[in-house]
Amino acid sequence: MNAVVNAQIESRHLLSGNEAVARAAWEAGVRVAAAYPGTPATEILENLALYPDIHSEWSVNEKVAVEVAIGASLAGSRALAAMKHVGMNVASDAFMTQSLAGVVGGLIIVVADDVGLSSSQNEQDSRYWGRFGHMPILEPADSQEAYQMVKRAFALSEEYETPVIVRMTTRVCHVKAMVIIEGDRIERHAAGFQKNPQRWVMTPANAKPRLPVMHERDRKLRELSETIDLNAASTGSDRRIGFVTSGPAFMHLRETFPNAPVLKLGFSHPAPLDKIRDFAAQVDTLVVVEETEPLLETEIRAAGLAVRGKDILPRFGELAPSVLRPAIKPLLGEPYPVPARSQTDIFPRPPTMCASCPHLGPYFALSHIRNLNIIGDIGCYTLGAGHPWNALDTCISMGASLSMAHGMDKGRGESDAKKSIVAVIGDSTFLHMGMQGLLNMIYNRGNITVLLLDNRSVGMTGGQENPGTGQDLHGLPAPRVDFAKLVEALGVRPERIRLVDPYELPTMVKLVREETKMAEPSVNITNRPCSLTDRFEHLKPYTVIDDKCTGCGNCIDLGCPAIFVARRETVTAKNGKSKELVFARIDNNACTGCHMCVETCAPEAIIQPQPQLKDRVIRIQPHA
Amino acid sequence: MPESVLNILVVGIGGQGVMTAAEMLARTALSQGYDVKKTEVAGMAQRGGVVSSHVRFGPKVYSPQINPGEADLLIGFEVAESLRWLPYLRLTGVAMVNTLRIAPPVVSVGLYDYPADPIGELAAAGIEVHAFDAGAIAGELGNLKLVNTIMLGAISDHLPFPAEILKANIVEGFRAYKPKLADINAQAFDAGREAGHVKTLSDRPAANA
Ligand code: SF4
Ligand code: SF4
Repeated sequence: MNAVVNAQIESRHLLSGNEAVARAAWEAGVRVAAAYPGTPATEILENLALYPDIHSEWSVNEKVAVEVAIGASLAGSRALAAMKHVGMNVASDAFMTQSLAGVVGGLIIVVADDVGLSSSQNEQDSRYWGRFGHMPILEPADSQEAYQMVKRAFALSEEYETPVIVRMTTRVCHVKAMVIIEGDRIERHAAGFQKNPQRWVMTPANAKPRLPVMHERDRKLRELSETIDLNAASTGSDRRIGFVTSGPAFMHLRETFPNAPVLKLGFSHPAPLDKIRDFAAQVDTLVVVEETEPLLETEIRAAGLAVRGKDILPRFGELAPSVLRPAIKPLLGEPYPVPARSQTDIFPRPPTMCASCPHLGPYFALSHIRNLNIIGDIGCYTLGAGHPWNALDTCISMGASLSMAHGMDKGRGESDAKKSIVAVIGDSTFLHMGMQGLLNMIYNRGNITVLLLDNRSVGMTGGQENPGTGQDLHGLPAPRVDFAKLVEALGVRPERIRLVDPYELPTMVKLVREETKMAEPSVNITNRPCSLTDRFEHLKPYTVIDDKCTGCGNCIDLGCPAIFVARRETVTAKNGKSKELVFARIDNNACTGCHMCVETCAPEAIIQPQPQLKDRVIRIQPHA
Repeated sequence: MPESVLNILVVGIGGQGVMTAAEMLARTALSQGYDVKKTEVAGMAQRGGVVSSHVRFGPKVYSPQINPGEADLLIGFEVAESLRWLPYLRLTGVAMVNTLRIAPPVVSVGLYDYPADPIGELAAAGIEVHAFDAGAIAGELGNLKLVNTIMLGAISDHLPFPAEILKANIVEGFRAYKPKLADINAQAFDAGREAGHVKTLSDRPAANA
């Protein structure tokens, strides 16, 4: 039996990669941790928040999070910033230069690549940033390694005075695995900021002398990579193929080819090219297995070694055993097991908005108004692109709705002549990177109708807090931004700032219809909380009176998943044409009693069995 | 301890407690000295989407993922979902299936069909199927949330450790955090265990898998 399994049962824990990172950072004496929520990295900060001896925070975006961590490092504290892969794009302006200046307290950036796109708009390989920004990269393959490597990363960061990237993937972040907890927190005292303008004020004159220092650091890190124990070869009995690999792909490889020699790179950048050369000499064929881009492969080939990799393996997605087998077994001339059963042909269950989701009202309105170009953003409301609303036309990056909408307005083509342009953005995304787009649009005299869907949470990642919710990462009261005042300060006329109850469908439709016809920009702010958060108030469920339901199907168009089709009937209408009737019913386990669907039903078939008094006063409120 | 790794696939729909059940299996295996890995495939949907949780344990586990054709046990919280994941089950695998049917909006609006006889299809695939209405048992016990414990009870006699150990872990968990629910969960576990003993026989000619 494996030695690991023999560890004391009490020291063995079932931890996700994210939980392991948090635990390790705490043990390593981290004093400041910052992040913006993003799948699959969100739980790192949620778990760090459990330790009272750390300052942990939701920052408003990833660039801010990294800068907070940099400040803490310069004060001599160990600091961590965590984010999903696309967050690195936002944060890069900060770390690209801090890498040149270096660090004082250990500074690590934990980045989670969503390999396989479980919940992301693209699939990026964050290992590029290590090469681009001259930062070493550690790549854990599971929770145990994440725990060990985060501790190593802090030590390396201080020893080499560099930010260190810990690169995770979804299959490390969200896998729960056994972790042997070995230590306790080691408290570290910060020396305080030591003023040194030549080092910390990155003017051209001060930055220039740092360049050779950074390149010398690269050289030393490359030497370290040759000797560090994180880069280790396991000898295998079958030397026909030797693998070079990093990250969770190692686990898939070990599973699939237990007898093959594997050089596993836990410290994958800078790559240990001499070690790889020695390893290659001991095997017939060298194959690089890396997720996702051929970075190591290209470097190994440039070093003059014959290597295979992306010529046989996919350049995207996870390199799971089911992918490795058919790609590599043919090289060995071996058959591989083909699943005995073919994929079953079952209906999909596409992601959908929740029952009483406050985004349903705005999308009901948008789907009932013609001649709109609807420019979307990142969040649950991206689902508006799907069935039954089909009311979202673009989605690329955090905050892009406002700036893209403005560009589309200014760059109108012929077919857009009569169209109105709407930008849809959520509260948290607006605060992350949307405000600048609004400011820009107002400043440059644009005309966009903005729907600011304020559901008082970061819904997509599970209801985290932001400066608009009135609470912080710890659930403690925090100053709450006033969106109406904020957008007014950015230059929107008070008359064109509306607060609206998204559950009031007729009002919602009227509002969007009117505002999109206006010759000036407006910001329309919804005011109901995400129905999955504690801020949401559950009321008695509604029901459809079967006898009254005429089968018009209007309520189904709202897209509330609590409303379902009870039966269909084809009838012949007066004009002789056949027509399909769709009779509705409400699932009273799912219905939260939000009342939204009631006004879609002309025959008043939707009722609440025991009417309740409910605060329904909020209609459109002009701000100011 | 068995030499090989046991692969359990727990499947259902977001919000049904699939991940909680998988977590309970993983924790119990860990407490029995196994190396354990558990991984989920859950898309963007917080509710209503397809959820599958892979639990693997044995002397040493590398990859957290179960490959098609390699699951030893399938625990299905919904029938169509059980059928969806059938290709992941070994030809000799065991499927423990809750007969609950949940049609998503794309089915209820008529874009797709719900399979007519999913249990029949499972049974005809030559695997060992145990199908029963966990919701009805939970209803009799007075709490629909018991489905989770009922399903764990049902699978408990197919695990490499005694059913009593899994039961004790579940009940202790409730005793620590929700003591009022401890006894009823113990009952639910036993009722599930009982229901899980009944095999569903195929009334169709053996299909060539
Ligand atoms: S009241 Fe209507 S819209 Fe609201 S949750 Fe119930 S069924 Fe859905
Ligand atoms: S809107 Fe009213 S009448 Fe029309 S299908 Fe729904 S419940 Fe029936």
